Amino acid sequence: MEDDDCKFSMKRRDLLRMIGLTAGTAAMYQAMSSLGLAAESTFKQSPQLQGAPKGTSVLILGAGIAGLVAAYELRQAGYKVQVLEYNHRPGGRNWSLRGGDRFTELGGLTQHCQFDPGLYINPGPWRLPYHHHGILSYCKKLGVPLEAYVQVNHNAYLHSAKAFGGKPQRYRTINADYRGHVAELLAKTTQQGKLDTQVSKEDQELLLESLREWGALDRNLAYVRGATSSDRRGYEQDPGGGLSAKPVPSEPLSAKDVLGSRLWANLAAGEIYEFQTTLFQPVGGMGRIGEAFGRELKGLIRYNAKVTSIQQDDHGVSVTYEDTTSPGHTHTARADWCLCTIPLSILSQLPINVSQAMTDAIAAVPYAASVKIGLQFKRRFWEEDEQIYGGISYTDLPISNISYPSTGFHSSGKGVLLGAYIWGLNAYEFTAMTPEQRIRKAVEYGSQIHPQYAREFEHGVAVGWHRSPFTMGCFGVWSEEARTQHYDNLCQIDGRIALAGEHASYLPAWQEGAVTSAIDAIGRIHQRVIAGARA
Amino acid sequence: MSGKTNKIRRWMLCGAFLWCCLAHAQSSDNASYSRATFSSANGETVFRSICQGCHMPDAKGAKGAGSYPALTGNPRLASPSYMAAVILNGRRDMPSFAPKAVKDRFLDDATLTDEQIAEVINYIRSHFGNQYDNRISAQEVASMHR
Repeated sequence: MEDDDCKFSMKRRDLLRMIGLTAGTAAMYQAMSSLGLAAESTFKQSPQLQGAPKGTSVLILGAGIAGLVAAYELRQAGYKVQVLEYNHRPGGRNWSLRGGDRFTELGGLTQHCQFDPGLYINPGPWRLPYHHHGILSYCKKLGVPLEAYVQVNHNAYLHSAKAFGGKPQRYRTINADYRGHVAELLAKTTQQGKLDTQVSKEDQELLLESLREWGALDRNLAYVRGATSSDRRGYEQDPGGGLSAKPVPSEPLSAKDVLGSRLWANLAAGEIYEFQTTLFQPVGGMGRIGEAFGRELKGLIRYNAKVTSIQQDDHGVSVTYEDTTSPGHTHTARADWCLCTIPLSILSQLPINVSQAMTDAIAAVPYAASVKIGLQFKRRFWEEDEQIYGGISYTDLPISNISYPSTGFHSSGKGVLLGAYIWGLNAYEFTAMTPEQRIRKAVEYGSQIHPQYAREFEHGVAVGWHRSPFTMGCFGVWSEEARTQHYDNLCQIDGRIALAGEHASYLPAWQEGAVTSAIDAIGRIHQRVIAGARA
Repeated sequence: MSGKTNKIRRWMLCGAFLWCCLAHAQSSDNASYSRATFSSANGETVFRSICQGCHMPDAKGAKGAGSYPALTGNPRLASPSYMAAVILNGRRDMPSFAPKAVKDRFLDDATLTDEQIAEVINYIRSHFGNQYDNRISAQEVASMHR
């Protein structure tokens, strides 16, 4: 049975490849694997770090997720811990912007977030995959309540300015019609005997049966207007009760139009491992995690501390830093060990006496451009007018995504949505604008999808990650070549210094990368401490 | 739409000098480039669309937890080939803007042609108070690809 399955699935894969069905996803998965993006978290449980000599000290640089996890665990194990943080708040990229918050970007422009109470955007990470066990376990430990984050919404839009006259299509429609037409095509091909050399007669029967199911084909294996297809793509008139309630089926789009629209490009987004149901978000904003750590570690974190040099000797590590609230005054912190979670974009500029191999590794990782824009509207028109509750609309406009809040469903009053989430060339372009220009552009482009923007928009905030003073970029982008050459050197303990953060993980840009790299690094520091105590 | 009308109104109200400043400061405001259309952007547009995101509209750089170098009064600008090498290969956190053999989802659509690299270098070296006479050509940039 298993063998049969295996044989069939090999053939099926070949078949699907032949018609190009999985090419997009496969290529994407491959690309993502090479980035480490599709790897599962290695987190098992919190580390056991007992037994270090009393008073052993660790200085942690950076109070982002990596630094906070390390501080939490090391303190638990009895280490003497101190954390230096550049910002005036804990969390780093774990961060929510809410009404009353201020953000001054590089170049000096300050935004005052005016969102109404309870409304926010997460400029950094915004979703937690169910298999990111590490970050989820800290949410539980710290009492950070979670709620479901909606990734796939069949009623959200797929939009191209160049397809269907620029009219956005429901995800449901494109998904049903793409699958329906592909299934019909493959069924025809099968029935014409063109697969006889590759699929046995018996398996062909199974294949046809599965295509009917998968593609919502009718009894003649055709994808046509009718109840079967409308149950996927939606009705022209939905069924109801009473005399005026007879459902009217809808007419599928043509195969040519669906293919030519390229709207299928984003159908698989929710099937990527990291985006598969169920995803979570902290109630009140992603920043709740950093804030909870901050409360838990109160007194351990020195804020407004800008690290200016990291120097180790045989006995410990000395770090000089400047208090950014009274510039010009240099302070020194010293500990037996140092866990440095400063992003490589910044660390590569600091004097630090580590091996040439680690120095080269620190300098080998460019940082990605990314922009997020939050927009407040007078009402939740996406819910009231368009029945879109959470999820993401994808567009080929420069804003790339519109994401609807996965919280406060069906409430009256104002709402904040993510009006742009951009990578690549357009992210550079938006970063190069003033915050005001970014917001205006996001509103202009978004109006092409939701005409209500013009009337309902109130104000927004826009974060271009290369203008973030505390990261100078979004995340460390490892090329395969750089990873081969430098990654291990980056993660080795060098004397009394170890590095951690998403940049020291195979889960780049994910908080889980920060968690697992921190736990891995402090575990290895602890082994050295124990070995040193025994020697 | 209303942005456009506003701009026109402002242009009409402002004197010639102010008009120049405004047009200059806002020339990065046409963010509608795709990879295909961006390859025709000239040196100034490349600076306004990409470089100034970090190096700032006045090319004076910025300081936070780390810093972005100024592209004015910076002795390293004396060598246009140094600048070309940095743009082609990247440097530390700065990504490479050369076309990539292996596509990267996050970096690969922001690439510059050799002409654009030469143009943006020549633009920077003759603006923002920089007054270098020698220019770099696209051919010279082309010869520097690794």
